[in-house]
Amino acid sequence: MIDGILYASWMFIIAVGLTLIYGVMKILNVAHGSLYALGAYTAAAFAGSWLGHGHAPVGSYGVLLVAGLVVGLIAGPLIERGLLRFMYGREEIVLVLVTYALFLILEDFTKLLFGVDPILVAAPYALLGNLQLGHLVYPVYSFVLVAVSILAGAALALVLKRTRQGKMLRAVIHDREMSMALGINVSRVYLVTFTAGAMLAALGGAITAPTTSVQPGIGAEVIVLAFAIVVVGGLGSLGGAALGALIVGLVRSAAVHYRPEVELFSVYVVMALVLIVRPKGLFAAPEARKI
Amino acid sequence: MGRDRTLPTVWAALVVLLAAGPFLPQWALSFVSVALYLGIVVLGMALLMRTGLVSFGQGLYYCLGAYAAGTLDHFYRISDLLLMAIAGALLAALVALVLGLLLAKYRDIFFAMLSLAFSMILYGLLVKTSVLGSTDGFGLSVKTFAGVVLGRHWVRYAIYAFAAVIAAVCAAAMHRYLDSHLGRLAGAVRDNELRVEYMGASVHRVIHLNYVIAAALAGVGGALMAATIGHVDPETTANWTTSGEFVFIAIFSGTGSVLAPFLGASIFEAVRTFALERFPNTWQMALGVTMLLVIMFLPGGLWSMFRLSRRGA
Repeated sequence: MIDGILYASWMFIIAVGLTLIYGVMKILNVAHGSLYALGAYTAAAFAGSWLGHGHAPVGSYGVLLVAGLVVGLIAGPLIERGLLRFMYGREEIVLVLVTYALFLILEDFTKLLFGVDPILVAAPYALLGNLQLGHLVYPVYSFVLVAVSILAGAALALVLKRTRQGKMLRAVIHDREMSMALGINVSRVYLVTFTAGAMLAALGGAITAPTTSVQPGIGAEVIVLAFAIVVVGGLGSLGGAALGALIVGLVRSAAVHYRPEVELFSVYVVMALVLIVRPKGLFAAPEARKI
Repeated sequence: MGRDRTLPTVWAALVVLLAAGPFLPQWALSFVSVALYLGIVVLGMALLMRTGLVSFGQGLYYCLGAYAAGTLDHFYRISDLLLMAIAGALLAALVALVLGLLLAKYRDIFFAMLSLAFSMILYGLLVKTSVLGSTDGFGLSVKTFAGVVLGRHWVRYAIYAFAAVIAAVCAAAMHRYLDSHLGRLAGAVRDNELRVEYMGASVHRVIHLNYVIAAALAGVGGALMAATIGHVDPETTANWTTSGEFVFIAIFSGTGSVLAPFLGASIFEAVRTFALERFPNTWQMALGVTMLLVIMFLPGGLWSMFRLSRRGA
């Protein structure tokens, strides 16, 4: 159960960026997985060199966060301005192919930048020690993950609901042309959205980096899981992403617990079932079409 | 555009391939076989794309075909190439017949996502099935063709020749099909479903049929792959990255002609062989860049270049 929630909160951070981008721009961003990988690599590399230079290990948390955010902040606008901008108005499926091409490019870019060997930075993970819950022991770092993910989700929801920017963004989701006519700078909203999504993906990667070995292929693994989650929850819905992450997380941990051999497969069964029963996802009724 | 020269080209290519086979070195035989089976799979993808659907789960049928061939040899000691191909196609078509009932209701990214989900389910299953070798898969070998025992020396050529014949027959049949009443409905479904329904045709059935055809082709392709490589595993068949490769080749070659997938697959395989040797770490990057360029400047794929130059002449 707790495993499920830990897993869910980790996936949520990645899925929410994906769903945000889809909600606003109608782009199912396959390259999201590479942004995640890029974030993980950068964070691992910087945190590694931070620790290597003998700085206080506590600082490595800051390094992780900053690395993730900066990666998103750089890569997001670069991709949006440099490539996606020229593709708006094409069919959704074409955009999937474009981001798939981007995914291939970024995947190798990451390899070129960081090499093909796995990177291991476990210090921030080990530093916080473990927590005893009943007779089970959990690393404290996992709870930090949950906190970060809840914070990110809450902040995003708050921005969307309360601020001017957020309201404009929701207007664009609702009716792109009408909001353009009302003087909203749609292309800027797109830029901001994509950057925010990219930052979330990279952040997700950055905070995961200490818990696992960072190696080529993590992007491909994560993106199909994130797809499963957003599809389960309903594309473009923030609450849907949270629910989807929770469902997928719980199903997966239940599978791991009771029948480990069906772990991977269970996630996709859920995805297929939801698609079959509710083709547009659980949260995609028209009135729920907001972020 | 003058007379349609597609069919004569197909048969001429087959004759050339069959005649040249015995004189080709081993590596060339394998290379052409690979290009042929990839081309067969992509031929099916192209049919789906004509119908307006992009499947990110064609690996499912590719994998089924490969494993059908593999299990025949591995567990039943049936090492017959013909039987393997038939089994692969049948299994894939059967599964597609069932899944197609569901999938035919979906369009766009939902079609892509659901087909991806099905493929990943199979992947997840295979990875954990130790009888079938889990992540490592298992090896197989071809020994006979339609009951005729093949000498050691002739196995490669037999696979190659068989792949060529199948490819040619599939391409010719596909060409006929696309020209038929049913086949032409594919493009109509892509352009405007509502009008197709008004005219009294069933969109659902067109999609379902085309989906099954595409699956059967992927199944044959998978079986031929298993025979050529002599090994099957989940990672290179059912994982979504493999399906992505098929999508890539289909986009790259275009859907303008039944010859396009084979041309596209040959170039793809040639570049891959070369690039993996020279620049193993930038190979996907090259793929991605090519794909972007094709999407931006050649929406009809490589094949549309021929069309343009011919019109210009």
